[in-house]
Amino acid sequence: MVAAIARRLAGMLAVMFIVATMVFFLTRLAPGDPASLMLGDQATAADIAELRKTYGLDRPVAVQYVLWLKEIASGNLGQSIFLQRPVLQAIGERAEPTFFLALFSILIASLIGIPCGIASAVWRGRVADQTVSGSAMLAASIPSFWLGLLFIQFFAVRLGWFPVAGYGDPGADLAQRLRHLVLPAMVLGIVNSALITRFTRASMLDVLSEDFVRTARAKGLPESRIVLRHALGNALVPIITVVGLTAALLVGGAIVTETVFGLPGIGNLVVSAVLRRDYPVIQGALIVIAGIYVLINFTIDVIYTLVDPRVET
Amino acid sequence: MDPAAAKLFLDRLFRRKLVLFGAVVLLVIVIAAIAAPLIAPYSPTGMRVTQRLRPPSATNWFGTDEFGRDVLSRIIYGGRASLGIGMAVVLASMLAGTTLGLLAGYFRALDTVIMRIVDAMMSLPDILLAIFLVAVLGASAGNVVLALAIVYTPRVTRVVRGSTLVVRELPFVEAARLLGVSTPRILTVHILLNVASPILVQATFIFAYAVLAEAGLSFLGAGVPPDVPTWGTMIASGQQYADRAFWVVFFPGLAIVLAALSLQLVGDGLRDMLDPKLRKAL
Repeated sequence: MVAAIARRLAGMLAVMFIVATMVFFLTRLAPGDPASLMLGDQATAADIAELRKTYGLDRPVAVQYVLWLKEIASGNLGQSIFLQRPVLQAIGERAEPTFFLALFSILIASLIGIPCGIASAVWRGRVADQTVSGSAMLAASIPSFWLGLLFIQFFAVRLGWFPVAGYGDPGADLAQRLRHLVLPAMVLGIVNSALITRFTRASMLDVLSEDFVRTARAKGLPESRIVLRHALGNALVPIITVVGLTAALLVGGAIVTETVFGLPGIGNLVVSAVLRRDYPVIQGALIVIAGIYVLINFTIDVIYTLVDPRVET
Repeated sequence: MDPAAAKLFLDRLFRRKLVLFGAVVLLVIVIAAIAAPLIAPYSPTGMRVTQRLRPPSATNWFGTDEFGRDVLSRIIYGGRASLGIGMAVVLASMLAGTTLGLLAGYFRALDTVIMRIVDAMMSLPDILLAIFLVAVLGASAGNVVLALAIVYTPRVTRVVRGSTLVVRELPFVEAARLLGVSTPRILTVHILLNVASPILVQATFIFAYAVLAEAGLSFLGAGVPPDVPTWGTMIASGQQYADRAFWVVFFPGLAIVLAALSLQLVGDGLRDMLDPKLRKAL
């Protein structure tokens, strides 16, 4: 078991190493000199030379790469050009709305997706199944920013139930701030419920065809107990995986929704960084977001290794 | 394919009414985009200042936008860019992903390296990786295609590798190997042809994702230049008028939903039809 966990840990580090490498070399593809880009338009030639030296940009790319990896490994993601502060600090300041948005969205998505997926599997091929599968496909076809705009028009502008955009005035209390997350969380919950529905359905269908389910039926157990205890209990592993990974992807994948609703989250930070060409922020955010995904993935794997004796690889 | 086989193929594919619906909608959208100059009632760029933000009417079915341009005509023309980009993304990611997947699935030495890179790329949300790539490459239609192709290549790689791992162990591949068939020929003829159906299914889904992602990038201002009418740029430029003129946002979005939905319905139908396990049940 220790060996299995060690192997996963090695795999996780390998993936992070590749992400860091990819981010480094792809950023070098950007047109223009990184130092002048980093300093922006107002930089003097002396400033640029100074920065080139600090970052070792006057040295060969291979050396720069090693230096960059060293910095990353020691937890230093560099300095934002535009925001004039460490990248990690800038990300930390934006973490709250993104964290709660991901949390609420995945809750809504699971509350829609898991029951729908179960119903769909139990009544396979019937009207309920076709309705659920069709709706899931529809949900997966909706651009989140478009649904966001429609929700803002209807629930915020017309009905006035929720704030139109933003994250509350500075100093607003938590309840006030969270009210701003209701509409975006509904949007992301609906859009992301599709994947969870499909996974739950597939996973339940697999389990429902197994022998122990037939045995349970033969014993005369009530159908609800068979479905909810016996089948769902065994189908839960892949469902939890997809819920966990979807939540992880929401941390960085909510950028479009955050933009529509004007939420000052990590996604919003990335979009402004892209528009301002603030490369250290883009790089840092990519590494943090990939790190969160990899870490959640690793945690899920470890939990399975610990609780399920069948999981070996 | 002879006519009888073609008919059987279509009968099976359209057994479910929803799949047929998807195919018809998709066909209409594609034909409208191709034949845009013949179908569109107005020029997509013709501005009429006196006709700004007019609601849907008999003369402008989907209303007019902030420059008095006909929304329906812009949607019809916008389909060219949106679907064209989607198609190009599909072709590029299929080509790259199939090649990498075959190599990873067939050569054990390459497997670890390729799949680790795939894992790394898939640890980033699609739209985030896409916006990063467009940021470093520069915003243009060509670079949006390149960026999205890079984003979706890992998915194809994974599917093709998985199928290749299964097919390479089958007796006919073993036989071909023993008969001295060259490795490139085994890969392209014996294996590729047998993993073609999951690739085809994946293609329709990636087409749908690419249409959605392109719209998202355009909306964020990191996609094709705003003067090119695509469904995404129409929503992006129309959003500030959404409270007075919902149609400038609503109809382009509806076009995206219909395109993505019809593609996924067709993909789902293809999957059911091509899946040997399900085929028996039909």
